[in-house]
Amino acid sequence: MSEVIEIPVVWLQGAACTGCAVSLLNSFAPSASSLILRELSPGRHVSIRVLATIMAGQGQQVIDVLRDETVREAGGYLLVMEGSIPLGNNLFATLGETDGRETPIADVAADLARGAMAVICMGTCAAFGGIPAGEPNPTGAVSMGDLLERREIDVALVNVPGCPPHPDWLVGTLAAAVRYGLPSVIDDLDDLHRPRTYYGKCIHETCPRRADFDAGRFARAFGQPGCLYELGCKGPVTFADCPTRMWNSGINWCIGAGSPCHGCVEPDFPDRLSPMYQKIDEDKLREFMVPADLKAER
Amino acid sequence: MPRSGTNKPGGRKLVIDPITRIEGHMKFEAVVDGGEVKDAHCAGTLFRGFETILTGRHPLDAVRLTQRVCGVCPTAHGTASAMGLDAAFGLEAAVPPNGRVVRNLLLGCNFFQSHILHFFALAALDYVDVTALADYQGNESELKAVRSFIERQALSPFFPRYEGDYRCDKDANVDLVRAYLKALHIRRVCHEMLSVFGGKMPHNIAIVPGGVTSQVTTDKIATFAGKLQEVSEFIDDVYIPGILTVAGAYGDHFEMGRGCGRFLAYGTFNLDDTAGPPLERRRLLPRGLLDTDGTLQTVSADRIAEDVAHSRYTDACAAPPTEGATDPAPDKPGAYSWIKAPRYSGTPAEVGPLARAMVALAAGDKVVKPVVDPVLAAAKLPAENLPSVLGRHLARALECRVIADAMSRWLDELRPGDPAATPIEIPEQGRGAGLTGAPRGALGHWVGIENKVISRYQMVVPTTWNGSPRDRDDVPGPIEQALIGTKVRDRDNPFEVVRIIRSFDPCLACSVHVMTAKGAPRGTYRVV
Repeated sequence: MSEVIEIPVVWLQGAACTGCAVSLLNSFAPSASSLILRELSPGRHVSIRVLATIMAGQGQQVIDVLRDETVREAGGYLLVMEGSIPLGNNLFATLGETDGRETPIADVAADLARGAMAVICMGTCAAFGGIPAGEPNPTGAVSMGDLLERREIDVALVNVPGCPPHPDWLVGTLAAAVRYGLPSVIDDLDDLHRPRTYYGKCIHETCPRRADFDAGRFARAFGQPGCLYELGCKGPVTFADCPTRMWNSGINWCIGAGSPCHGCVEPDFPDRLSPMYQKIDEDKLREFMVPADLKAER
Repeated sequence: MPRSGTNKPGGRKLVIDPITRIEGHMKFEAVVDGGEVKDAHCAGTLFRGFETILTGRHPLDAVRLTQRVCGVCPTAHGTASAMGLDAAFGLEAAVPPNGRVVRNLLLGCNFFQSHILHFFALAALDYVDVTALADYQGNESELKAVRSFIERQALSPFFPRYEGDYRCDKDANVDLVRAYLKALHIRRVCHEMLSVFGGKMPHNIAIVPGGVTSQVTTDKIATFAGKLQEVSEFIDDVYIPGILTVAGAYGDHFEMGRGCGRFLAYGTFNLDDTAGPPLERRRLLPRGLLDTDGTLQTVSADRIAEDVAHSRYTDACAAPPTEGATDPAPDKPGAYSWIKAPRYSGTPAEVGPLARAMVALAAGDKVVKPVVDPVLAAAKLPAENLPSVLGRHLARALECRVIADAMSRWLDELRPGDPAATPIEIPEQGRGAGLTGAPRGALGHWVGIENKVISRYQMVVPTTWNGSPRDRDDVPGPIEQALIGTKVRDRDNPFEVVRIIRSFDPCLACSVHVMTAKGAPRGTYRVV
């Protein structure tokens, strides 16, 4: 049998809903079982060492895998972070115990980030704070990037936002990393650390209802045909390839179900993109966080 | 009923943190003495403060945001939230038939996805030995992939694991690994089916107060029906037989983890378009409170209250869902969980597929009973053994059967081209409650609106019921009760403990949240 290189992945969950892990399981090609069992690219297998949602091990076994020095010494692992990190109190999110006291997720995440080849933030919570960090941010939740800065940890950071992200966005990023090397992923990132491959175009640019917008045909109530701009669509300030990639094996997507885009991939989600069903305040359009290179084009 | 005294029993402490293959962050701590669990504490170890975040926001945003409480059962939260807002907006009777039916179809898909994921991807690894495929000689490519996976020692995420109690024979193990892989495929199909009308999953986009945003068209019905057929066949040919295969080797698990013996269900899937309180509307899965003495009572929302004696919230937070208050108190003495302790008439109750089955059987339900009875008879299993580890798994599978039958009938009720939503006006003030069933059990959302924004929001969710800590009377929650007294054969590999906990399908992200903002108005809640 030809040699297969194992690329370890440690998936940690902070203030999360598991929606990102469930979205990964929705991967169509490769399928979830292929992802677990088979090579993601020839000679390269992504080995999911820790993902609490599916792993057999429990309790101390999980902690032992997290602290497995042999993995670090053998060249490291990719850390996938799901969920934001509450800093308001050490007990808001914990995993296992250290010296008889619950270990804060922030410490676990920081420790794992130090030994990682790269940190991939799966979902808007890990990438930008997301809903837990929404006003009034009752737990002091921060993004993984924010935690790395506070703890002065220098590691490659890749943001794969979305609530949840499309499985292709993570699987494609992992595939690029193992096939062409991590630098190929890093080179593709915008200034918010998102791969341009998936987040490079505005929803509004490629939306199938764009012709309705241009012609001034607007839906005024749910279920009506036409552009959903008046119903609060945030497509004009949202960067992702949903309109062309489509969701759940290409079956549908948000606007396809007659619902406005809520901008769930954006750093401004949910606060500055709320109310979700209210038309964008056009005076504030320029304030939204648009990647610098795209901003120049606007 | 087991109670924990102030005197700690002797024996050694057993801690499992994290409990994996559930949704979210959970810790188990017990004293094990003489091979028996003498004391058990289950704790939620994550707090996000969702209800505080909701306060002050636009009411329509609640349906989208509350789905993000849980990525496994978002559609159930969306459904409960929309029902509560229907009531608050005065739209209970205005949801068009297409809207009601599509909501039911979406929720049904959520049940399938959640139940199938739970038994195969989450629970099965406690029973199934993947290494049985090490010398697999057949031609099925997925099983060959498992064999080469084992050959090259790439054993994550199936190792490390507890060792010593994998009892299935080789053929059964091969069958169950095949089923595990098939289940990973089918649960994805459940989400594809949901997205036909729901836009995307997780976190569907279509459920809104007044109905759904999507349009009912013949092509969508055809796609949905095709996927429903595939899932329905899996339920009959793989899911139910898979549980019976496990039962063949673990028959004693029908006598383990009995629980508190008191069952609560709100009823799920509205069958009529007329308005009315949720606990009075005609529903596919029936409602009721089945008490320990076997009496079946009518459910009243007034009897629900949350206790926080051992929860990490200030004592002032103990209240009915219509009146609760919020204040996390991480270091409160005696508190060990972020989960509150809801009680019905002051006493714990189990919720979930088992509870729904027990209530339906006690009521002699004409839809559920004909599905459950023949399977129990064929397995020579008395109904008294349903409250157990394997009984909970079986109840989940049979519930899928009941819902799949109903869903194919509901597809015929859809009227292509007819509206699926009614126009919405946000009122200055309003109150409402949405009480329904999530895959994991009774789910309630209570919402208040003042000045056209959310003034208070409260969720009492399934794992808050099942995974609750002790209350002011020191009565343990249902999962804790199911664990106390359990024999643990090998404390280094405490299979019994994790199998009992997992049989409840805990969802910690759902269970851990806070109540409403301080100073919120009190009042009577209109319910839909």
